[in-house]
Parts: sequence; structure tokens; C-alpha cells
Amino acid sequence: MNNELSAIEKTVLSDYKYGFVTEIEADEAPPGLNEDTIRFISAKKNEPEWMLEWRLKAYNHWLKMQEPSWANIKYDAINYQDIKYYSAPKQKKKVNSLDEIDPELRKTFEKLGISLDEQKRLSGVAIDAVIDSVSIGTTFKEQLAELGIIFCSISEAIQEHPELVKKYIGSVVPITDNYFSALNSAVFSDGSFCYIPKGVRCPMELSTYFRINAEGTGQFERTLLIADEGSYVSYLEGCTAPIRDENQLHAAVVELIAMENAEIKYSTVQNWYPGDKDGVGGIYNFVTKRGICQGAHSKISWTQVETGSSITWKYPSVILKGDHSVGEFYSVAVTNNHQQADTGTKMMHLGKNTRSRIVSKGISAGVSNNSYRGLVHVGKNAANARNFSQCDSLLLGDKCGAHTFPYIEVKNNTAVVEHEATTSKIGEDQIFYCNQRGIDTETAVALIINGFAKEVMNQLPMEFAVEAQKLLAISLEGSVG
Amino acid sequence: MNNLEYIKERYNQLPSINDLNGLGVIRQKAFEALNKMGIPTTRHEEWKYTRIGSFFNKEYQYQANQSTVSANELSAVRLPGYEQANEMVYINGRYSPELSVIRSKGLTIQPLQEAARNEYKDIVSKHLGHSSNYLKDGIMALSTAFVQDGVFVHVKKGQIIEHPIYIYNITDARQANVLAQPRTLVYVGENAQVKFVETFNTLGTQESFTNRVIEIVVEKDAITEYYKIQTDASHASQVATTHIQQIGKSYTHTVTVSLNAGLVRNNLNIVLDEQYCEAHLYGIYLQQGQSHIDNHTVVDHAKPHCESNELYKGMLDDQSTGVFNGKIFVRQDAQKTNAYQSNKNILLAEGASVNTKPQLEIFADDVKCSHGCTIGRLDDESLFYLRSRGISESTARSLLLHGFAVDILEQIKLAPIREYVDKLISERLEFDLA
Repeated sequence: MNNELSAIEKTVLSDYKYGFVTEIEADEAPPGLNEDTIRFISAKKNEPEWMLEWRLKAYNHWLKMQEPSWANIKYDAINYQDIKYYSAPKQKKKVNSLDEIDPELRKTFEKLGISLDEQKRLSGVAIDAVIDSVSIGTTFKEQLAELGIIFCSISEAIQEHPELVKKYIGSVVPITDNYFSALNSAVFSDGSFCYIPKGVRCPMELSTYFRINAEGTGQFERTLLIADEGSYVSYLEGCTAPIRDENQLHAAVVELIAMENAEIKYSTVQNWYPGDKDGVGGIYNFVTKRGICQGAHSKISWTQVETGSSITWKYPSVILKGDHSVGEFYSVAVTNNHQQADTGTKMMHLGKNTRSRIVSKGISAGVSNNSYRGLVHVGKNAANARNFSQCDSLLLGDKCGAHTFPYIEVKNNTAVVEHEATTSKIGEDQIFYCNQRGIDTETAVALIINGFAKEVMNQLPMEFAVEAQKLLAISLEGSVG
Repeated sequence: MNNLEYIKERYNQLPSINDLNGLGVIRQKAFEALNKMGIPTTRHEEWKYTRIGSFFNKEYQYQANQSTVSANELSAVRLPGYEQANEMVYINGRYSPELSVIRSKGLTIQPLQEAARNEYKDIVSKHLGHSSNYLKDGIMALSTAFVQDGVFVHVKKGQIIEHPIYIYNITDARQANVLAQPRTLVYVGENAQVKFVETFNTLGTQESFTNRVIEIVVEKDAITEYYKIQTDASHASQVATTHIQQIGKSYTHTVTVSLNAGLVRNNLNIVLDEQYCEAHLYGIYLQQGQSHIDNHTVVDHAKPHCESNELYKGMLDDQSTGVFNGKIFVRQDAQKTNAYQSNKNILLAEGASVNTKPQLEIFADDVKCSHGCTIGRLDDESLFYLRSRGISESTARSLLLHGFAVDILEQIKLAPIREYVDKLISERLEFDLA
């Protein structure tokens, strides 16, 4: 079992050392977006007609839409004709790229490597690795199949389980939802698909590992996760990308569906390349994530640690449709240097006795901007809905910004909604206390930040918690003192 | 008719710009801005929950005939303690010197047109329309474009105006729909102290829409208190913009009371533009029927060592809707800022709803900022506690709700006005003060 896992690990990590050996020319679409690109992708994937139609419908809708500008982020306009929309893993030109990069960044990757080693040691994690939008392999497939769990790439699912895909794709995030989700629907090339049958408790953590590899590509993956009645699944998602001077677009869509009594726990550690110290390069992470608690007593929990990307724009949301359903959102968003994050959640209370909890911790350093933007909506029929939100911001340095935009809409008088937020910096007395006990300032800051983020970190599965804590320390290295 | 076209037509009917000297330029600019932006719709972020477009599809009298309001009619709306107070009366948005009474020394009140030409012209040109920089929407521009009988209030340096200034906005909607646009610029000189109380009353049964703008400039060491009490009829709607610019280290205290009307939008903007300023903002809203109350506040911490404190409380009954949007900006320079904000709402009936958005935008690190908001119903346990002591349910409810309102009532420092507002609220809550 461990051997299998390490094979995947190797594939995932190999970018830094070996690169991939696959055909080069044939597996890449030329840059640009038009109907032909979509037909090309669809043909590449050998997709059925309905899928192609769905994509084209999304594309035609996308053409009519305007790129949103309401978020508290700034970036140069994206030229959608410059992006390559399909790229299968291919051999990298620079084989020893790791040796040629900035040693400071290499150190970072070494540190990351350790954390992946950590994962290697912990067995029992099924991984679907997606590189440049193409799934390169899924582990533990057979073992999961015995329980009736389907865990595979979405292209495979379209071939083998079209009835499920057809039924659920776009049911939570419709193609008309927003600009980036429409784009994703038109051009997504791969992603993960997961179906947990009735009454099954998934025995292991399911995991997807995303990686942008090729130059000039955008990554558009699509994740669809269905937890049938009474089932449980914990799903992990990790992402990395190589260092480049250009900005790459990552526009993913994740859809979760929880039936009666089902529970989905979705954890993300997002560590796309954040750009260098001067804000050159980095990933634009424009992601639509949404789950629906379809049945009564269902639960969806989002946990995210956002340390990477030059721009993060994502709002993992829960539609609480079933009575007594529960939505949770735990987030730590760290921005340093020139990073920008506009992230938060939406909790749409529709069913009776629904509950939601939001804990968001923002940490800004350097000249970065970190925004929390959330919506708590209690519909007319959502009797006894309950929400508690807490949004804390920590400012490290006097040039960064922390912003909070909580929208609260309540249309039912039996609802109880609370929101609180604070913004402050690390107290000098706290640092002094640590210094006094022989802890240097940088360690003290790491200690305090970890304490600040602990409430969220505790929600992560153990495999990720270790990695996430280290990431926090790396992201903020050198930002104090 | 396209509502903007209609407004343009009205604008062109105004006396020619050349007659107005310095004001002409400001008006022309505002009119251009209005043309560009139009009347805000719900697509505009600041107007997401409040629709005012329909008010501009109606025929209004923009330039209502001068006062048909008699002294008797005025006395019916007078506030307690008026015997000593200074009284400023606006009829359909135009200042009426005949009905106004100015008693205090050191207080100069004159038409904006005049002030724009005499010794105050620098103040007027510097501060009039200043708030339009902060409210980038058409409604403010609309007011500025139609500045005609605006008023300039000057409080002399070092003068303590002991008795409050009562501002009565009377809309005479007995014959036709009226659009009133009262406009006031207040300048509080160094080390001066002044208190304002403003009310709104509509006569008659036709619809009235008030787009009122008041700009208050507060100098060094000055203290300004401002109470806005809104108890108008349900066919009366308004957008009220209060812009306070604290240009010297100063203290301001505002209480916004909104008890009725069709649609009320209160924009309260406070700019803390010098070190060591202090601003306190309080508000209470108690709505019923189909009414809509929208409180938008902006506290802009532009300089270090300032403090702001904000508390808004609301009770929403029947099908009423409440909106609260509180923004706190802390600019990069504004280190050592303390800013607090809180919004609490009680929904009393099934159809009532509330949309709240307490917003923080912080660019300085050495600050203490917090905000909080709650939405809920009356606490069952408290109700049970009172009922178990033999208090009827309705009494228990009004007792608790009155208790909820007391925090804000206490912030009205003028005793007669506090009692007056308390009485209004108690009546509404069927709470027996005795």
C-alpha cells in the first residue's frame, strides 16, 4: 500500500526532479478560446454529445457575461485568448529546474517537501492527482470500489457513469452562475469525481492533488462530489504550481451534494505559487465552490488554509436546503508581499432549523490586502435558523490592509444571527513575554499566529494539519522584524 | 417620462446660473455629475437593498409655492422647549425666515446665496458639496444641483450656544406631490458649542419625497451635538444625508431616531480629519407596516489618535424592512485608532426582515477595531422570567423592548427631547412610562 502511495508521490513531486514523459505536441491545444477549442477538448476526451452541448451552452453564455469587478482586488485584464485551455502533462524543458531557481524559493520547496514526506508516512489516503487539468492517476480505486464508492477523474466518470454526471453536474453551480464558473464549464479538462453510496462511511480520506505545470496554461478543473443518504466522506485538496513570471489563471468549480443524513468534510490547503516579493507572477485563483445540503440532517463543512496565489477570489458556500442541515466554514487566509485575497463564504439558510458557523481568520503582511466577504442569508421559511460568524484579522506591518464585508440578510423573525469581527496587530506585550523566555521574535510571531489560527487548524484532518502549520510559517517568513 | 429627463427639465427652469455667482459653478458641476450617474438603482452597491427609483417616476413640484403654512400649523409640530430654542423652519425644502426665530448671539443664519458672496464665501466654496466626494451617487448631486434657498449657519468662534437649534422640515403636500430638497451648510467655529434637533413633518395626504443634505464643518476644540428625529407619515419618504467634517480636534455626538415613514434612508458620514477627534454615533429605528429604514454610516479615520464609537439598534415589526450598513475606514496614516461599531436588531413579526452589513476597511496596523451585529427575536427566557412574576405577555414584551431602546435614549443629552422621544417610543411599544 505504501509503495503505491509513494509512486503517486513521486509522480506528483517529480516535476521538480524529473518531469513527465508523455507526448508533447498532440496533447496541447493552441492558445485561444473559441468553439473549436471546446470541440477539441471534448473530442480529446472522447466525450458524449450531451457533454459537448453543455460546454458550448456554457461558452455562449460566457460570451455574454462581463468579468466581475466588485471584488476588492486589482489585476491587469486577463487576455483569455492568450491562455492554453488544454495541456496534458509533458516533459519539461528544464530538467534541473530546481537547481536553477532562486535559492530562497528552493528552500521553501524543500520545506514543502518535508511536509509531503509526512504525508507519505501516513497511509490510508487515496489520492487523485491532477496535473495541468489532466488526472494522472487515482490510488485505492479497487478497494474503494468494493464499498461501492466511485472515485475517479471526471473524464472517466463521464465515460463510465454518465447518468450520475449528467444528473448532478451544474446542479449546484449552474453554468450561468458567474463569469469564471461559466468559463470553467466550457473548458474544464479534468477534475475529480466522487460518489459515496447510501449508508457508506468512506474508510479513508480522499484527496486530490492539483498542480499547474505547463507554461501559459490555465487550469480549469471540475470536482463533483455526491454523498448519498447516510454516508460520510472527508475530502482533501492540495495545490502547488511552479514559479513563473507570468500570471496563470486557475478557475475551478467544486460542487458538493449531501443527501439526507450525509456529511461531507472538504478541506483545502491552497498553496499555488504566490508570485515573488515584488508581486511578479503567481496564480490567479478564481474558484467557485459550493455545496448543497439537499436532505434533512445533512452537513457540509469547508475548511481552507489559503496561503498561496497572487490573487485569491473564492467563496466556498453552503445552501442549507434540508431541514436541520448544518453548514460550516473555517478559513485561514494569509497574504504576504503583494498577494491579494478576497475570500469568505455564503450560507444560504432555506430549510427549517438549519445552523451555520463561520470562523474566518485573516492574516495580512507586507503590502498585501486581505478581505473577508461573506453572506448569511436566512430565507422566509428558514424558521429557527442559527448562525454565528467570527472574522478576525491580524495585521503584520503597517502597509497591509484588512477588510471585512459581511452581508447579513434575515427574512425570518425566529432566526438568530450573530456576527463579530476584530482587527488588531500582535501585541508588543505578547512578543515581550516570549522574548523574556528566550523565544526570539520570529518564533514568537509564528507561535502567536499559530495560536490565532488554531481554531481553524483543529478542523483539518491530521495529514493536512501538519503541512498547513508549516505553510503558515513559510508564508510569513521574514515579514516581521 | 424618463425620470432623468424630467429632472433636467426642472433644472433648466431654475433661475439662470449667472444670478448665483459662486454657487453657479458648484451647481453646474453637480448637475453634470447627476447626468452622468443618474438616480442610483439597486445595482449600485450602496443602494443594494433600497429602491428609490420609483420616487422619480412621479410628477413632483420641485419649486413649491412659498409658505402657505401658518403660524398655527407650525405650533402643532413644535418640539418641547421651543420657548428658549432657536428655530429654523423649512417649508417644502425652502428656508422660511418669517417663521424662523433666532435668539442666540454669535449665531449667524443667512441664505447660502448671500454667504457665497460675502465674508463667508471662502467657507462656502471650500465646504459646500464636499460630501459628494464621499457619496459617489446621483442623489447627493441632485441636491447640490438644485441648491437655491439653502442656508448657511455660522457659529462664531468661542461661542457656546446654550439653547438648541430646532430645525423643522415641513412639507406641504396638501395640493400636490412635493419633492423637497432642504440644504444646509453649518460651520462650527473654533471652541464653539452647538446642538441641533431636526424633525420632519408632512401636511396633507399627497406624497412627499425629501432629499435633504446637511453638511457640518467642525473646527478645533468645538463640540457639536446633532439629533435627527424622524416621525413622519407613511406617505412621506426621504433620503437624508448628514456629512460631518471634523477639521480640528473636536467632538461630535449624533443620535438618529427613525420611527416612521414610507422609506427613510439616512446617510451619516463622518470624516475625522485631524488628530485626536472623537465621534459618537447612535441610532434607533422602530418600524412597522410596510416601512423601510436604511441607515448608512461611514466613519473615515483619516488621521491618527482618533476614536469613534457607533451603536445602532432596531426593532422591526409587521412587514417592515431594515437596512444597516456601517463602514469604518482606517487610512494608512491613522495609527492608534480606536473604532467600535455595533448593530443590534430585533425582528418582531414574521414578515419583517433586516439586511445588515457592518464593514471594516483597515490600512493601518496599530489599531483597535471591532464590529459586531446581532439579529434575533425577544429572548424567551427573559419573557418567561417576567411572566412567572405575574406580568402579562404584552407588558413583558414592551418592558423588554423599552429596555432595549434605553441604551440609545440615554444618549440624547437634551432632557426635553429625550423625554419627547421616550414618549413616542413608549407609545409605540404600548409601554406605560409611569
